[in-house]
Amino acid sequence: MSGYYRWLGLPIEASSYAHSIDYGLLLIHAAMLLIFVLWGIFFAYLLVRYRQRDGVPATRDDERHGWGSLIPDLIVMAFEIALIVFYAIPVWSRIKVDEPMGKVNTIDIVAQQFAWNVHYPGPDGKFGKSDPKLVSFTNPIGLNLKDPAAKDDIVLSDEIHLPVDVPTLFNLSSLDVIHDFAIAAFRVKQDIVPGMMIPVWVTPTKVGTYELFCAQLCGFGHSLMHGRVIVQSQKDYQAWLKSMAPAPSAAAQPANSANSF
Amino acid sequence: MDTSHHNQSWLRKYVFSTDHKTIGLQYMFTALTMLLIGFTFVMVMRWQIAFPDLPIPVLGRWLPARLAPNGVMTGAFYNSLGALHGTIMVFFGIVPLAVGAFGNYIVPLQIGAPDMAFPRLNMLSYWLYFAASIFILSSFFLPGGAAQSGWTSYPPLADFNPGQTAWILAMVIVITSSLLGAINFLTTIINMRAPGMTLWRMPIFVWSEFVASVLLLLAFPPLEAGSVLQLMDRVMHTSFFLPKEVMLFGVLYKGSGGGQPLLWQHLFWFLAHPEVYILVLPPMGIVAEIIANNTRRPPHGYKIIISSMLFIGALSFVVWAHHMFLSGMSPVLANFFLVTTMIISVPSVAILTCLIYSLRGGSIRFNTPMLYALAFLPMFGIGGLTGLPLGLTPTDIYLHDTYYVIGHFHYIVVTGSIIAMFGGLYFWFPKFFGRKMNDTLGKIHFWGSLICMNGVFFPMFITGMAGESRRLWVPTAQVHDLAVQPWNVVGSISAWLLFLFQLPFIYNFFHSLFYGEKTAENPWHATTLDWACPSPPPHGNFAEPVRVYRGPYEYSLPGAKHDWLPQNLESEAAL
Amino acid sequence: MTSEAAVMDVPHVGAGTGVTNAKLGIWLFLASEIMLFSTLFTTYIILRLGSSSWPRGWNVLNVPMGTLNTLVLITSSVTVVMAYAKAVERKRGQFRLFMGLTIALGVAFLIIKGFEWGAHFKAGEFPSSSIFLAAYFTMTGLHALHVIGGLITNSILLVLSEKQWDHPLFVGRVEAAGLYWHFVDIVWIFLFPALYLL
Repeated sequence: MSGYYRWLGLPIEASSYAHSIDYGLLLIHAAMLLIFVLWGIFFAYLLVRYRQRDGVPATRDDERHGWGSLIPDLIVMAFEIALIVFYAIPVWSRIKVDEPMGKVNTIDIVAQQFAWNVHYPGPDGKFGKSDPKLVSFTNPIGLNLKDPAAKDDIVLSDEIHLPVDVPTLFNLSSLDVIHDFAIAAFRVKQDIVPGMMIPVWVTPTKVGTYELFCAQLCGFGHSLMHGRVIVQSQKDYQAWLKSMAPAPSAAAQPANSANSF
Repeated sequence: MDTSHHNQSWLRKYVFSTDHKTIGLQYMFTALTMLLIGFTFVMVMRWQIAFPDLPIPVLGRWLPARLAPNGVMTGAFYNSLGALHGTIMVFFGIVPLAVGAFGNYIVPLQIGAPDMAFPRLNMLSYWLYFAASIFILSSFFLPGGAAQSGWTSYPPLADFNPGQTAWILAMVIVITSSLLGAINFLTTIINMRAPGMTLWRMPIFVWSEFVASVLLLLAFPPLEAGSVLQLMDRVMHTSFFLPKEVMLFGVLYKGSGGGQPLLWQHLFWFLAHPEVYILVLPPMGIVAEIIANNTRRPPHGYKIIISSMLFIGALSFVVWAHHMFLSGMSPVLANFFLVTTMIISVPSVAILTCLIYSLRGGSIRFNTPMLYALAFLPMFGIGGLTGLPLGLTPTDIYLHDTYYVIGHFHYIVVTGSIIAMFGGLYFWFPKFFGRKMNDTLGKIHFWGSLICMNGVFFPMFITGMAGESRRLWVPTAQVHDLAVQPWNVVGSISAWLLFLFQLPFIYNFFHSLFYGEKTAENPWHATTLDWACPSPPPHGNFAEPVRVYRGPYEYSLPGAKHDWLPQNLESEAAL
Repeated sequence: MTSEAAVMDVPHVGAGTGVTNAKLGIWLFLASEIMLFSTLFTTYIILRLGSSSWPRGWNVLNVPMGTLNTLVLITSSVTVVMAYAKAVERKRGQFRLFMGLTIALGVAFLIIKGFEWGAHFKAGEFPSSSIFLAAYFTMTGLHALHVIGGLITNSILLVLSEKQWDHPLFVGRVEAAGLYWHFVDIVWIFLFPALYLL
């Protein structure tokens, strides 16, 4: 499910902005390698050239050259300013600040120790209201089944289905502690904080199955908190949606792994 | 020198001493022991990382079933080892060694003072640190076990997890110890310099301790306040960090709500970022001292180095939220911290540049301390460079909370700070004990440690790039980590080998204490005042009042007979 | 190991600065205390701004008692200055009088606070009851701990005026204690309006 791209060992690029992030990683690492090698050669040269030898005393600085040594710093600073202005600020805004345009798929993610609850609004496009007081084994997100909007909602555990090439907005919330919604192949990562509803969007660009995992220590089961992200063609996705039985109480749901330990 | 004292009991002389040198040695032994204990924790963890769900050999049979049933550690125990490893290394290992041990012993000597400004407060600082150390170690034996929410203790997890109350109390005690120490250092450096020792004639090491002390003084209180708030949440059931509807394993918590989990993160990182400069500046100062001495010339850009340290100190207060780019705080706010983080990298580069340039024109002696000081330079370079993709917001999206971060900061604190402090131990051992450490064993320790440290931490960049998260009890549970699992095995084996290479050091240290080759007062032919007194110095340090005539690094003066001229000698004639 | 005996008799005045170690030390200590209480005030502001319903201080807390406490502390700051003045003037009896008054006023502050807290507890108002009360109890509680610290220090100086009146560092120590006491007073002067009046 994950391939190895380029010499950095990154996973497959499966989202619309994965390449922007990979480009930055490549650029910076190329620069880091260049800086390290150049300084390393200079360093090794100095160690050999100025080793202690009989009859050759050390020489002190000529104070006039004091500030010249800052030239490497100025070059590094110029590079960093360029990185910030031309790369970091625009790309970060695009990913974290801007909202996706056009038709957007919306999914609520409710994280808990140690499972991912995935809440679809169903054909009516409205999310049913939830209430923590209603949380139970069969109703992990506390969906209020009396709410008419909840009647066609779909709630899955540890599995997300997405249509390819359609921006999806995830509304992230947590029932208990801080988690982190991370999908390496999409280059998506966002902390989920209880008491907050945090949006994160992504447009998957390759059909396939990817891994969702938790990237913020959330307890002893943190490393076991993962799920599948299945990206399908838009036709297959619609077919899947139709095939899903509405409302948690009406039919059997995949076992909620969080409540079975 | 104070000659009016009478003989004190052994207890007053060696245990409850107010002499900065004895206190410095007490800090040193305690801190080195804590470092070893923290290292042991991670060596145990590394078995689980390399061979998940295999019983731990030997130790697995001794550990109680609550921690490791059938010899395989539980997730809770793994998290406890991790949280305590980080906490102990940072707060109970490196800072006490860098500031409490080296700072206490060397700073008064290097400024020509007879002791610290507040000797009794100094003693109190040490004993508070010692008590906190015992307390945090004993937290493993409390009901529920030791803290297991990371050294970062994020609520709500930390509000509910066991072991956290003891962690908070130990932190409050060690923070108090550090605050009192900082007051002592700053007062001593400002007020007790010998005549002629102007600020611009102070050795770089003293400046580094000065900046570190300012950071300790001003950055620790917010964490202390935050810790009080977290303590209130746990003990008095307040909700400073808890929103209204938060669940505790499926059960709704009956708290008042109204709190914010992110508030803790701001308070924690407000300290913890300056803290990392406290971890690295004094070791940089040590490296500067060793390089000056072993190149036989003044370091390049003394004023640039000092100004950079001051600038880093000031700027360190406005970069903290680069640890929180993905925390849920406003992404627009992230841009501010992006810019300040990039700015703070500039003085760090300046210091490294100056130290490398200091080699030019030198007459380099490759003794054991110098090997460590030299190794610091490229290793700190790697640590600093790998901070770049982390400090840049888009690339941090991918690398946040992966092993890449762990690799980055371990390159700074292990191959950086710890390597520098090993160098300091070999360098100042003659001053502390009047004897030299064995050079051959020192070189074995050096090469073995350097290679193994790289073996542990370089693979982390590889696994981090593949997306492997940190703090994973079962690293192979996540499919995308399976392909890089062999690197985890490399890291673990390197860690265990690294331990083996510390054995020559431990043997060398204790053997040389009693049987090392005796040295003269100034075996390295150094210029700073710490070498202008007997080795080891008596109570009161200097036989006659010290007067300073020149800067700290007057090596290789043209036309001089010797290639060094101490700060306190009026002319070369006295040498 | 070095030979060790009595506490090192270090020079007390900085040659370059002209300020005593004690004075420099207490100002540095106060700098860290300012950071500590600033953090709590910042926390208060953040929690209040982020809260959907924050009560008015006067609806929950006892403003008359708080006002009385404010007057008590301000008066004690005056008496501590008088105590320092008498120490400088070498008038031991009057020093003891004013220092004793300062301590008594500090104790009065704590007693009044005790009544306030007791009334809240009786009415079922605990730190866990609301975020406002959590902030109130924590901030005034930490402040009260600092008052206790000041009372201990002042009491020690009162007792030491018996044996150490002529010690060269005694007046400096009284000054340092006075500075700390003023700080404790100033923190309360910010706490009172923030919690009770806004």
